[in-house]
Amino acid sequence: MTPFTYERAIDAAAAARAVAERPDAAFIAGGTNLVDLMKLGVARPKHLVDVSRLKLDTIAESEDGGLFIGAQVKNSALAADARVRGAYPLLSRALLAGASGQLRNAASTGGNLLQRTRCPYFTNTATPCNKRSPGSGCSALGGFNRIHAVLGASDACIATHPSDMAVAMTALDAQVRTVTGDGATREIPMSGLYRDPAQGPEAETVLTHGELITAVRLPPPPPGRQVYRKVRDRASYAFALVSVAAVVDARDGQVLGGRLALGGVAHKPWRVSEAEQTLGAESRPEASFAAAADAALKGAHGYGANDFKIDLAKRTIRRTLADAAGVSS
Amino acid sequence: MALDISANPIGQPVDRIDGRLKVTGGAPYAYEHRLERAPAYGVIVPATIAKGRVRAIDAAGAEAAPGVLLVMTHRNAPKQPAFGPPRASARFARARPYLGDDRVRHWGEPVAFVVAETFEAARAAAALVTVEYEAETPALGLERHLKAAYAPETINVGMKTDTSEGDFEAAFAAGPVTVDATYHVAQQHHMALEPHAAIASWDGDEVTVRTSAQNVANTRKALAATLEIPLEKVRIMSPYVGGGFGGKLGMRAEVVLAAFGARALKRPVKVAQTRQQVFSNVGHRPEAIQKVRLSATRDGRLTGVSHEVWMQSSPIEEFAEQTASSTRALYGAPSILTRHRLVNLDMQGGEPVRAPGEAPGLLALESAVDELAHKLGLDPVEMRILNDTQIDPEKKVPFSSRKLVECLREGAARFGWSDRPKAPRERRDGPTLIGYGVAAAIRPNYLGPCAATVRVAEDRTVRVRTDMTDIGTGTYTILAQVAAEELGVPLKAVTVELGDSRFPVSPGSGGSWGAASSASAVLDAARKVKAEMARTDEARVFEATGSVKGMRETQSYKDFSQYCFGAHFAEVAVDEDTGEIRLRRMLGAFAAGRILNAKTARSQMIGGMIWGVSSALFEEAVVDPRFGHVVNGDLGEYHVAAHADVPNVDAFFVDEHDDKANPLGAKGVGELGICGAGAAVANAVFNATGVRVREFPITLDKVLIG
Repeated sequence: MTPFTYERAIDAAAAARAVAERPDAAFIAGGTNLVDLMKLGVARPKHLVDVSRLKLDTIAESEDGGLFIGAQVKNSALAADARVRGAYPLLSRALLAGASGQLRNAASTGGNLLQRTRCPYFTNTATPCNKRSPGSGCSALGGFNRIHAVLGASDACIATHPSDMAVAMTALDAQVRTVTGDGATREIPMSGLYRDPAQGPEAETVLTHGELITAVRLPPPPPGRQVYRKVRDRASYAFALVSVAAVVDARDGQVLGGRLALGGVAHKPWRVSEAEQTLGAESRPEASFAAAADAALKGAHGYGANDFKIDLAKRTIRRTLADAAGVSS
Repeated sequence: MALDISANPIGQPVDRIDGRLKVTGGAPYAYEHRLERAPAYGVIVPATIAKGRVRAIDAAGAEAAPGVLLVMTHRNAPKQPAFGPPRASARFARARPYLGDDRVRHWGEPVAFVVAETFEAARAAAALVTVEYEAETPALGLERHLKAAYAPETINVGMKTDTSEGDFEAAFAAGPVTVDATYHVAQQHHMALEPHAAIASWDGDEVTVRTSAQNVANTRKALAATLEIPLEKVRIMSPYVGGGFGGKLGMRAEVVLAAFGARALKRPVKVAQTRQQVFSNVGHRPEAIQKVRLSATRDGRLTGVSHEVWMQSSPIEEFAEQTASSTRALYGAPSILTRHRLVNLDMQGGEPVRAPGEAPGLLALESAVDELAHKLGLDPVEMRILNDTQIDPEKKVPFSSRKLVECLREGAARFGWSDRPKAPRERRDGPTLIGYGVAAAIRPNYLGPCAATVRVAEDRTVRVRTDMTDIGTGTYTILAQVAAEELGVPLKAVTVELGDSRFPVSPGSGGSWGAASSASAVLDAARKVKAEMARTDEARVFEATGSVKGMRETQSYKDFSQYCFGAHFAEVAVDEDTGEIRLRRMLGAFAAGRILNAKTARSQMIGGMIWGVSSALFEEAVVDPRFGHVVNGDLGEYHVAAHADVPNVDAFFVDEHDDKANPLGAKGVGELGICGAGAAVANAVFNATGVRVREFPITLDKVLIG
């Protein structure tokens, strides 16, 4: 770990300004990911701006019937919130599927969105990695890539985004609110938050240096039943090989529509509008689920150790959609 | 002087006498001892190539960093004896040089050592050390180097490399029913909760090292040999050990480097390996390919058993895991062939990992036996019973005790085996397929030479001393139980002091010999004290040293073949859509002689079983052949079973007292629980799905492809 200085920001704008002023500064909230990366020498900020004590830790109902979630709401608190459990069980389930109890108690909503990949070549400073050291190459190509991407990857980087929460938020059409160093605020849809690795894997989001996530806004929940299904190598405390966030609106055995997002398969939560359009387009639910699975995995490409994910994702999508629709497959 | 006779404590499910200390932080582990003088902190800099030499090291940045006291590399490290040939008879006691030359023999080998005023300063400075390598092409990848396989002189514990009873090839050719299957077991790691750590301090020319060692006497010898100082000048203390599993049998870099640092700086130095470093600096269970061939009559009698193993070893230090050794004694076939071959790769050498040999070997053998039972349409419990033997097929002597059949029968009854799905894919529960599996357990029973002193004070309190260690198993407690029972005093009157090289020498914790050996020595000492007390009415201090001879000097280990036995029963659910395997319940039945403490022994069995589940389903260290490092070298990606993976794991002992084993009739339990446990799970996966995965761990992708 490289020595660093530390300050505690007094408000969001001041925090954003403090980081924006120094190229070697970074925000720290729960620290569940950043501190690990600092110990490993992967992240080497010289200055940390602590945003964990900002008054951004409340969940409020918004005027449109949605929820307004402060960026410093802990993952455990968000998962346990009665409004979240009632109207957005998808989000609650996704959160509880992630990490461990201790980590969820420390991890923040904003930090969860910004966590770095668990690619083991990224976290090992002795192996080449374009994300950590641009231009050095991607060791996961031709290496051990069981947990890597099958969608949206590039030869520069095949890492996945590890968040479960973000997958649910993507399916729920969440909007991310930020403040920049010069005090400007903006709202970014989840679908627009993450950058394609082909554009340079070292920058994972569209956020500018010093831009702080202050909140996540959830619109009113879409109609239908919500199911989050995470497939992993052990029953808890493992990142998703594949996860599926599904919302299916079905009545009397007929599928009317729904949402579908995937985790563990790409550099971002993967949502394909063509896949969602198939929901309700076929008269037989099973046919529409199969069509949705095929559409969601269109263009998928394996890299050896993760080839199995393509079929696994399709199987998990079909099953999860069926579960959400209440029809047994 | 007479003592009160209280209830017999041996065998009782007594809580650990050190339990309260441990849960309240009162039991110092290696890195936690507080010395009078504040220590300096050492951090190891590991090599980042698999083979070659260090061409240049730039330590200037580290040396100039705040708080740095010392940067040691091969250029300024003290002179040490060479490591020597890859084979050594007393390998845990031999000198083990670090930073001794410019060679890099495997990824992660220490190339520099940084000591500073604080841990943080040392770690920051360690990151500033830049090393320039002259890399050579390493030999990596077991399968691609199989042609270089060779037969070692012996395998671990001095066992024979190859054995052949009867004419296996003829039996196999004659069939009539055969199985020929090749299994692959992954490289696995100890992953003790407490990483390897040491604090060294010098007083003149004498060094004391507080460390986490399974065997204090060997660590003492190894350090004395490395430092080239007399044995009497070295004291090793290891009162509490946060798990060893074989990884702490030998001295490692942290001990040597702490001693160097403390001597150079004239103050205590403490060092811990990081979790990542533990993956490349303390040994591992080597990756292995195992070919098992069985032949049997149509009614299920084995006519031939063959078990051939090819495994990774290292040109630096040879380690041949005794993977096929249990096959020599488990079933009574007229022809049994076993063979071990090593393939040298540019990696660290293998080491014993809980049940070395038995754990990976039974994974293959007991899967193959299940394959045979399935082929024959026989109940795998009954087929195992049919092939039981009371004579060791290799040694041609009777077993001292062998209750495999009792374990199978009693375990089957308690588990509800008769309700099992008879054929694969027969039972469902919602979207999952349900399967039952069984496997046998076998593990040699060892006895090591051990000494202990027992002292009874005037106030009738008792003190037990031996350099034996408690690696989390319950040694403190069982030795107190034995002393209390023999002397007829309450348990709380007994104080047990362990893990100090000033105490009488034990064989340490390892090989499951610790309890029987140390308890026998304590029993002997207590008997001597008691005899002396009976001779006098004086109220004074009584003290005696007791001992037990090792098995090599004990006739009953020549006249009888000594093993522990057991049977595992597992129920799994396999998701038909995703291939996810989840254990539902598991039961182990074990025969291990007299049980000294029903609670700590059961805990050990359950711990072993859980590791068996973990090794069958999760654990795999992936070595990248381009670099030579363990890619998934942390506990986030090297998966060990989490709590949610091991619901409802239970174990019980069948009643046994083995009077051939030792005066207590007790046998080792530390490793028995893992033996065969993984195979029971694998067989349950087959029973559920009809898919036989022969490449461990059985991950969901392998089930889906099948």
